[in-house]
Amino acid sequence: MKNAPLSLIALVNSSPRETRSLDRYDSIIVGAGHNGLACASLLARAGQKVLVVEAADEPGGLAATREFHPGYKASVAHSIGRFSEALLEALDLSAHGYQPAVRELPLVGLDESGSHVTIRSDSVTGVDNVDAKAYRDYSRQMARYADALKPFWSKTMPRIAPGGLRDMLTFAHMGWAIRRLGKADMEEFMRVASLPARDLMEEHFSSEILKATLSWDGLLGSRMAPRSPNSSVLLMLYRMAEASRGAHGIPSGGANGLIAALVRSAEASGVEIRCGTPVSGIRIDADEQGLNAVGVTTAEGEQIAAARVVSAADPQRTFVELVGVEYLDIGFTNRIRRLRCDGLVGKLHLALDGLPEFTGLKAPEGRLLIAPDVDAIEFAYDDSKYGRCSEKPVMEIVLPSLADASLAPAGHHVLSAHVMYVPRRLKDGWSETAKQAFAERCIDRIARYAPAIRDLIVHQEFLTPADLDDEYRVTGGHWHHTEFAMDQMLMMRPTYEAAQYSTPIPNLFLCGAGCHPGGDLTGLTGHNAARAILR
Amino acid sequence: MTSESGTAEGRFAGERLKLSPFYPRQEELNVREAWSSWNGYKFAEYYYDTEFEYFCVRNLCGTYDICPMQKYEIKGRDAETMLNRMVTRDVRKIGLHRVAYCVWCTDEGRMIDDGTIFRLAEDRFMLTCGSPCTAWLEMSAWGFDDVTVTDVSDELSALSLQGPTSFATLKKMGLDGLETAKPFDIRLFPYHGETLMVSRTGFTGDLGYELWVDRKLGLKMWDELYAAGADYGIQPYGEAATNMARLEAAFIMPAMEFNEALRTVHFEHDQTPFELGLGWLVDFKKPHFSGRAALLAEKERGPVYTLTKLDIEGNRPAEGAHIYSNKRCTREIGYVTSAMWSPAVKANIALAMIETRYLDGPLWAEIYYEKELRHHSRVVRCTQQSKPFWTPARARATPPPEA
Repeated sequence: MKNAPLSLIALVNSSPRETRSLDRYDSIIVGAGHNGLACASLLARAGQKVLVVEAADEPGGLAATREFHPGYKASVAHSIGRFSEALLEALDLSAHGYQPAVRELPLVGLDESGSHVTIRSDSVTGVDNVDAKAYRDYSRQMARYADALKPFWSKTMPRIAPGGLRDMLTFAHMGWAIRRLGKADMEEFMRVASLPARDLMEEHFSSEILKATLSWDGLLGSRMAPRSPNSSVLLMLYRMAEASRGAHGIPSGGANGLIAALVRSAEASGVEIRCGTPVSGIRIDADEQGLNAVGVTTAEGEQIAAARVVSAADPQRTFVELVGVEYLDIGFTNRIRRLRCDGLVGKLHLALDGLPEFTGLKAPEGRLLIAPDVDAIEFAYDDSKYGRCSEKPVMEIVLPSLADASLAPAGHHVLSAHVMYVPRRLKDGWSETAKQAFAERCIDRIARYAPAIRDLIVHQEFLTPADLDDEYRVTGGHWHHTEFAMDQMLMMRPTYEAAQYSTPIPNLFLCGAGCHPGGDLTGLTGHNAARAILR
Repeated sequence: MTSESGTAEGRFAGERLKLSPFYPRQEELNVREAWSSWNGYKFAEYYYDTEFEYFCVRNLCGTYDICPMQKYEIKGRDAETMLNRMVTRDVRKIGLHRVAYCVWCTDEGRMIDDGTIFRLAEDRFMLTCGSPCTAWLEMSAWGFDDVTVTDVSDELSALSLQGPTSFATLKKMGLDGLETAKPFDIRLFPYHGETLMVSRTGFTGDLGYELWVDRKLGLKMWDELYAAGADYGIQPYGEAATNMARLEAAFIMPAMEFNEALRTVHFEHDQTPFELGLGWLVDFKKPHFSGRAALLAEKERGPVYTLTKLDIEGNRPAEGAHIYSNKRCTREIGYVTSAMWSPAVKANIALAMIETRYLDGPLWAEIYYEKELRHHSRVVRCTQQSKPFWTPARARATPPPEA
């Protein structure tokens, strides 16, 4: 840190384009997604003068609600699993209008004949007594593991190299949390932690739909299928860390309700938010003292100075595009380059002029899964591995307009579906025809469960990961900015030398989903980054 | 199965050593058939006799085949920035038609390799180094908009001409204007419809040049050079004589003085530029280069080991000797990396890696030698040398002496 020369830099660089040099920000946050907003608020609450710059016209990133057809709105993130409770409190979000979901969304494994399996956090229906009993035991066991892991997600990870006392204490804390499970549970946890989801399910259940449905939250958003040994159990546990145990809900106002509260909370703390301001680069001051991040340059050429820059953009975009490799070490650059950032989730939005009827369901409430068995998920993934669209796509459907009537005209509805295993790079390229054909294939799948769906469709939109990349400036269109996998987790996320929210460049920090603990609407990376910056 | 697959050619196709464009002449001259290999090329360890070739280089002139050396063309708008970030020296300061000796390091500041960078145009460079470096160059170029790296090793004929009569030989060959070329200068000459590039560079510490020309003109160049050099004692020399000459000049060799960091298995069994006495190549005035942070820490901490030039008592070469801080050899503080009896200096010289903190005290070498199948050792005193062992004034004189 070289605080002294900073004011000098501002003076030396006082070209006509240099604005605000006398009234410099303490921190500029690049990106007004939920992590950027959370980080900005926490910094401002600690007394910093904070500016958030956002390329899009509205804040929220992948949680922003957009009108995809006149009168019909949706956000890429259609429900919220577990926003950090600590952050809700720290940012006083309820005082800023955040009303969490009243009811949890059950997870419904759809069955073509109507024998659905419905999972709530404490019970399951639609399966036999043996599976129902097994589910109770399973969910209690997973809850214990999730509790043991919970401290991991909100801590700055220790460095792998010999570190200071704080790193030692974190290691000790983490070890203790696992050890405290008791011998039997700890051994079992160590055994199942890297199991493929399918193996874990086979050990507990017999219902095919139940197995597939419970696997889902270990896979969603990742390049992983039920037979992949890696991080799916950990992803499940990560998603179960809060009191909701991973049950999703739709807050008042949808995902945007959360964003609106975050914005209000940030502004109340004095954060300035400038939307419609794409950043073309992070300014690096380079002299004999080395490098130093000193602000950003906007696409319009405006230079905004700050004592530090905090990027909520993904690691590849931050380092390769905004900073530039010339300021990075070669080995470090190579690790950033090989981060796996290809998203595999497509998004289907249907504008409907009525409520669709799903065979055997009273109301299409909850997260409705089209994934009749674990192999259906596996085979859908197999297609994507070779750059093809799934023959039989698997997906999670939500009708957000049931919880938030403002999303569609009165009596009309919006169907939002996460379609898993949509390759970012289709073998023959994503043409408009290819997109339409695949969207039709998805609707055909839905029609097997909701036969009259086609009659209700007013408009349809399909977003591939490539579209998400273009529209939301997320490399690869990856929800989590980079794969949530064992080699890209904890103190390796996004890579060592940048896993503690600081980066090799003094006064450049990361606070996006590409940091520990990872993606989803949790706010944890923004929270952890702010704490690391303020430390 | 084709009939050819049964023949040696068929079975080992692609496995055989490549032949230098100079091979037809080298084959004639290599009376001892003393071949080894370098980067896949058939390469002379020596031609007739190592000492004879060494004395030719020191007293007349000799040619050393550098076709097997790796050569990369790096060009594009970002070529300078890319190289400047890769190596520790400031590439921006390399003038047009100038050459600079450089090293490049891992993020941890461990040395990957050394080599020379030729600036051929504002946006075009040639990098030469001893071992293939393609993967690292590709990694170094990634992320830049406009830079291409091309391995041109097999497209050029390259020959080093070293020794006191090297300038006279080139002059006789008709290369006018070379007398103004200072060390590390490049001169270009039209040559049979192509360009002959001559750089005042080499690996012997003496007056010398390196000649670079399109591969197809290699043999013609050899013949014209040897015709011009006939009265100046021109001879080919091999790897063994090179190793003698470079040690007198205190130049480092991979797998002798240093382990290439990307090929080193054990932690910190590679070296930093500071350990190798190459701190002068590390330009901290440059705001950034790969490994800068680690090297800055290394500089502040001071290198654990330092490559040291030693003048050793007696005349037994100290190859493989251990270095101790006391005559009783109870405290080992380093090891000899290269050693020889130097005919030019008339001294028993060595390079040794010695723990820096012991350099102020006495240095003893335990030398092992064999006499008629009996093994012996002797402990002798070592004296540090601050300058390279062999530094003739003609190596730097411009214009250089003609003979």
